[in-house]
Amino acid sequence: MNEITKENFLWSALKIGLLGGAIALFICLIGMTEIFSKRAVIEKVITLGQFVLLAISVSCGLIAARRTSQLLRSPSAFSGLTAGLVAGLTVGLVLALFILAGDKINFRAVFLNASPALYKVLTFEKGIGGAWILPAAGAISGLLGAAFPLIPTSVRRPLFHAVLFLFFMALFSGLFRVVIINQGEKGEKIAKYLFGQTGMTVPGASIFFVLVGAISAFWSAFGKQIKTSASNLPKGGKIGLRVVAIVIIGIIALGLPRVSGPFIAQVIVIVALYILMGLGLNVTLGFAGLLDLGFVAFYAIGAYTVGLLTSYGPFGMQHISFWAAVPIAVLVAMCAGFVLGLPVLGVRGDYLAIATLGFGEIVRLLAGSDFLINYFGGPQGVIGIQKPCIGVLEAFTKIDVPRMCRGIELKDPQDIYYLAIFSAILIAFVSWRLRESRLGRAWMAIREDEDVAEALGINLIQTKLLAYMLGAAMAGLGGAIFATLIGSIFASSMQLIVSINVVALIIVGGMGSIPGVIVGAIALIGLPELLREVSEFRYLLYGAVLIIMMLVKPEGLWPSQAAKRELHHLDAEAGTEL
Amino acid sequence: MSMLTINNVHTYYGNIHALRGINLTIEQGEIVTLIGGNGAGKTTTLRTISGLLKPREGSVTFEGENLAKYKAHELVYKGISMVPEGRGVFSSLSVTENLEMGSFILKDQKEAEKNMEHVFTLFPRLKERRNQLAGTLSGGEQQMLATGRALMANPRLVLMDEPSMGLAPVLVELIFDIIQQINKEGVTVLLVEQNALMALSIAHRGYVLQTGEIIISDSADKLKNDPAVQKAYLGME
Repeated sequence: MNEITKENFLWSALKIGLLGGAIALFICLIGMTEIFSKRAVIEKVITLGQFVLLAISVSCGLIAARRTSQLLRSPSAFSGLTAGLVAGLTVGLVLALFILAGDKINFRAVFLNASPALYKVLTFEKGIGGAWILPAAGAISGLLGAAFPLIPTSVRRPLFHAVLFLFFMALFSGLFRVVIINQGEKGEKIAKYLFGQTGMTVPGASIFFVLVGAISAFWSAFGKQIKTSASNLPKGGKIGLRVVAIVIIGIIALGLPRVSGPFIAQVIVIVALYILMGLGLNVTLGFAGLLDLGFVAFYAIGAYTVGLLTSYGPFGMQHISFWAAVPIAVLVAMCAGFVLGLPVLGVRGDYLAIATLGFGEIVRLLAGSDFLINYFGGPQGVIGIQKPCIGVLEAFTKIDVPRMCRGIELKDPQDIYYLAIFSAILIAFVSWRLRESRLGRAWMAIREDEDVAEALGINLIQTKLLAYMLGAAMAGLGGAIFATLIGSIFASSMQLIVSINVVALIIVGGMGSIPGVIVGAIALIGLPELLREVSEFRYLLYGAVLIIMMLVKPEGLWPSQAAKRELHHLDAEAGTEL
Repeated sequence: MSMLTINNVHTYYGNIHALRGINLTIEQGEIVTLIGGNGAGKTTTLRTISGLLKPREGSVTFEGENLAKYKAHELVYKGISMVPEGRGVFSSLSVTENLEMGSFILKDQKEAEKNMEHVFTLFPRLKERRNQLAGTLSGGEQQMLATGRALMANPRLVLMDEPSMGLAPVLVELIFDIIQQINKEGVTVLLVEQNALMALSIAHRGYVLQTGEIIISDSADKLKNDPAVQKAYLGME
């Protein structure tokens, strides 16, 4: 009996290893490894591509060890380690086999990315003779993965945090380097010590590793004590602590764009705009349960309204200031929400998705069409959109000449940043108040059951239209800021994929949850913008992330209370008969 | 004047002629039951009264007012509440939150609180489970919750669709006791049931519906002793 179970656990480790090998091979053949290897985690030691492959065999080892402890009746440390070794080794062997075969057969005819550069990365630049390195590295990393649970928590947690932080720093090393260099001569010296051209330097990595490990160890040792002493503070002290925290966050938020430079500021603005759209769709989809796959339409309408009303270019209609145009844009978007809502009121479920999808495409096609070229500029778009001006805006003189701003002009992303962040916070607050309101409860009721909601006295038509209109207004505000940020708008930037992104970020963040929208926007919009290497595989990773999310955490990264309760307690408590 | 009068009502689902000229009256303070087999049109009748379906012909009059001009959601304000088939509780909300949804139309918060206290005295079980999610309640408790929720809006007429569905006999008795109790407090009840025997045992009068038409109407006692009804709906030979 014992023999059979023993065979089973090795066999399962082998299967896990083969699966990991297949994933690793896939990552290599789609070109991810090669592109990631242009970036180093630690310069001259390990590239990002190699790091990802090693991470696969480490996790295979970990999973195999965990599976072993489930399979065996009396699991020992030795059997777990063996399983980890086998799994990691298998991952490495699959890749090594690929290298050896690639030496004889030209895979490139089919797999474009099976290039010499890939082999170089895989063999750590040692040529065919280096094929043995991968199985060896795989076996060691698999062993490490299997050993990981055996380490005492007090050591394991700091270690894990330190490695995670190294990975994080590696991903963003380019950004940090530029930011630190910008701080003057001293900064440049520090930056060059910590970061090389492609990744961290060895001393840099060691400093970060030790620092984060030490902080984590310190926190796990004394964190509880600090927390209890903080909660034992008198009431005034607690409030004071909170005020201090808010002030610190506020100062960081205010100073960030000045320190970080225009690129990061622009990324944050884009994230804030997606948060606005996400909060809008969160009202329609998250609160009221009305799926809208054409949400970009309201964004486009907000953007075009501001564009046409403020532009000093050939399509400018009114030449009013940005501040006057924003409320109009929001109103126009609300009207568009009404116009969309009216015909689709009686449509439910899947059909609603298709109907709204059509609406989004219609708006984009109309804006870019030759038919309305005299109004919207067709494919050329609307250019010369006036920047927001705090102060006095001089009168419009002639076409293609920006109006002078006497006062502060918000002309860079670093300036628009404040506007975008303020709007996002404002709308998040509005969303929160809406959810707690009578209207919010009515939305919740129709999301759960339309017929029952109606029987309880909820006016379906009015409630649904309000959901569309308020959602549209929020997206319209986002569009308005987008128009002034870019300074020109084109119908081609209002693609279906924007709507899909917004739906995806709501799902990943957690349907109906306001912090979820923010987390989702940062994860799905912010990270790919910052990681140039990843952007090429953006939609592949999207798909993978969405599938994993649905399997592991269907309620989202930061779920609303209701969703959390429903998914986690309903199953457990159901069936308690009276 | 009758509280509710249904006069020669014809209702269609698309082209399907579901109700073929129904006549029915309910007096203030009664329990009236509507019995009949599957597809007889019981639920359709309820949906027509509550405005979810519009009759193509005929009229529904409540307290002297033709209901045709009202939308479904406005009937609650008139004093008609519905306990839907399959209970329709909001499963991700707690018991208290479900009841709060029932008083959606009430402007006065104090009145809503008073009503909730009343529901809790009717259903002590709900009070015990006030913070539990409705989806985790048993079928009987969910039925109590749906009934309690309907009472939150101060109705004068309650429409109940198959309250016994899927419940153990002991629970059916409990629910029907409560129906009698709320009726004694002055609420008129229209009870749609497949469990004809139970329904007739608490109702004052009954109507038997068959393929969209009312074939018999009489007092509950007489219906219970009617051989045709016994054979078709009470399972007696």
